[in-house]
Amino acid sequence: MTLEPSGRVADVPPSGIRRFFELADEMDDVISLGVGEPDFSAPWGAREAAITSLEMGRTSYTANRGKRELREAIAENARRWTLEYDPDDEILVTAGASEAIDLAFRALVDPGDTVAVAQPCYVSYAPGVTFSGGEVLDVPTRAEDKFVLTREALSEAGAESADLLVYCYPNNPTGATMSREELAEVAGFCREHDVAVLSDEIYADLTYEGDHASIAELDGMRERTVVFNGFSKAYAMTGLRLGYAMGPEETIAAMNRIHQYTMLSAPTTAQHAAIEALENCRGDVADMRAQYDRRRNFVLSRFADMGIDCFEATGAFYVFPECPGDDAERFAEELLEAEAVAMVPGTAFGAGGEGHLRASYATGLDELKEAMDRLERFVS
Amino acid sequence: MEHADELLDVLCENARYSTADLARLTDLDEATVEETIAELEAAGVIQGYTAVVDWDAIGSDRVRAHVELNVTLDRETSYRDVAERLGGFREVQGLRLVSGDYDFALEVEGENMREVSRFISDKVAPLPEITQTVTHYIMETYKQAGHRFDDGDDDDRLSVTP
Repeated sequence: MTLEPSGRVADVPPSGIRRFFELADEMDDVISLGVGEPDFSAPWGAREAAITSLEMGRTSYTANRGKRELREAIAENARRWTLEYDPDDEILVTAGASEAIDLAFRALVDPGDTVAVAQPCYVSYAPGVTFSGGEVLDVPTRAEDKFVLTREALSEAGAESADLLVYCYPNNPTGATMSREELAEVAGFCREHDVAVLSDEIYADLTYEGDHASIAELDGMRERTVVFNGFSKAYAMTGLRLGYAMGPEETIAAMNRIHQYTMLSAPTTAQHAAIEALENCRGDVADMRAQYDRRRNFVLSRFADMGIDCFEATGAFYVFPECPGDDAERFAEELLEAEAVAMVPGTAFGAGGEGHLRASYATGLDELKEAMDRLERFVS
Repeated sequence: MEHADELLDVLCENARYSTADLARLTDLDEATVEETIAELEAAGVIQGYTAVVDWDAIGSDRVRAHVELNVTLDRETSYRDVAERLGGFREVQGLRLVSGDYDFALEVEGENMREVSRFISDKVAPLPEITQTVTHYIMETYKQAGHRFDDGDDDDRLSVTP
């Protein structure tokens, strides 16, 4: 036995975003619109709860599924999206939503199963499927549909034969959101063709037009859906690594089977912060959302003035403009070299991202202004 | 003035935003922004614009004091009358009627401590309605008008992440 990586790992290429990180990291004075996490710190109340828990010596494991008090708070919070889950056996607290999604793949995917992945999307889904021995089916969404997942997109990709569908709305990297009506189409397709759904709703609280809707609230969907959420985005707690899954009892039990052997329990300090976050930091979330919303308006308006086409993203903290040049990767590299502004080419996020760039507005307004001035100079 | 709340929020965050930027941030057109602000100023909703300054940072000796005032009223004298007299002094930067152990909370500013002391003893204390003054000199400011007086947070995020 040599220490050769397994075939499953060797098959997965390193993240396409990595190269850009290395390029940007070598340069000084880069204004990065390439960051996929908030520029805010976690609400002070949540941080203080974490500190207090440490002072009190709360440093042991928690229950595998997470502290009961936290699961109750999560269940209560989910009611805002008309989702009802039992804190006893339908909620699992994990080390970030990423762990929860990985658990779902491992718990649900048998070798050879097909997982439809709506794209462009967060970079972890396809590798997660591969690591679990499943086959990835690319389901590109389209700019002309504002990157919403449609029945046509699913049919065209041949998703009728898929066992599972995974998607993220509000979406990273496009900033697209889906209305209840649009989700109903997807739900209809999934019921007809017996496809289960992994719904990544990590950006649910960062919805700027109307309320967030979850597919799990639609008829006949609760029993075939696992919903993922967490504290990284809306609560600006990325480094605390805390997320959760909500779903039918048997699925959560299967995920917990893996979780209890591999993770034991999610970080205890972070769980204390999260309880406080859910119970008392809604105001902080509202403030951050208001700031993101203004920046979103600002960036969209600057793009419009520069003649850069960009659909009106209504969620997360990304906009996904069309690339003014022919080749988005080359454009992004040249922009970085000439003006020290980092944007990530859409191809890093899978099929359907060609010809686009992801610009994150999780950056202070002064820097955003400077970045837009530099971009304007570059494209004119 | 249907966009008043939103514009006020943004102005409270930074009153120096240009009209163009205010319009972009609130998704309004520039004319609406100017009109709304003009109306808010005319209606006395916006009373003024000011900077949040850490005077210590430029080595100024300027002194601020928080002064508790107790007053006695009679049929001819109301709180408003007392406030009129106190508010007229340019040294008085802030003046509020408060609940609790004293009546007025005064914010007084002067070039140095002697100037502030003299102002309290010569101008405020002798007013017939004033029964007691307690002066607290401000020794250090950590946060003012929502701004923390520190070096700010360094952005320690990786420059590009998924």
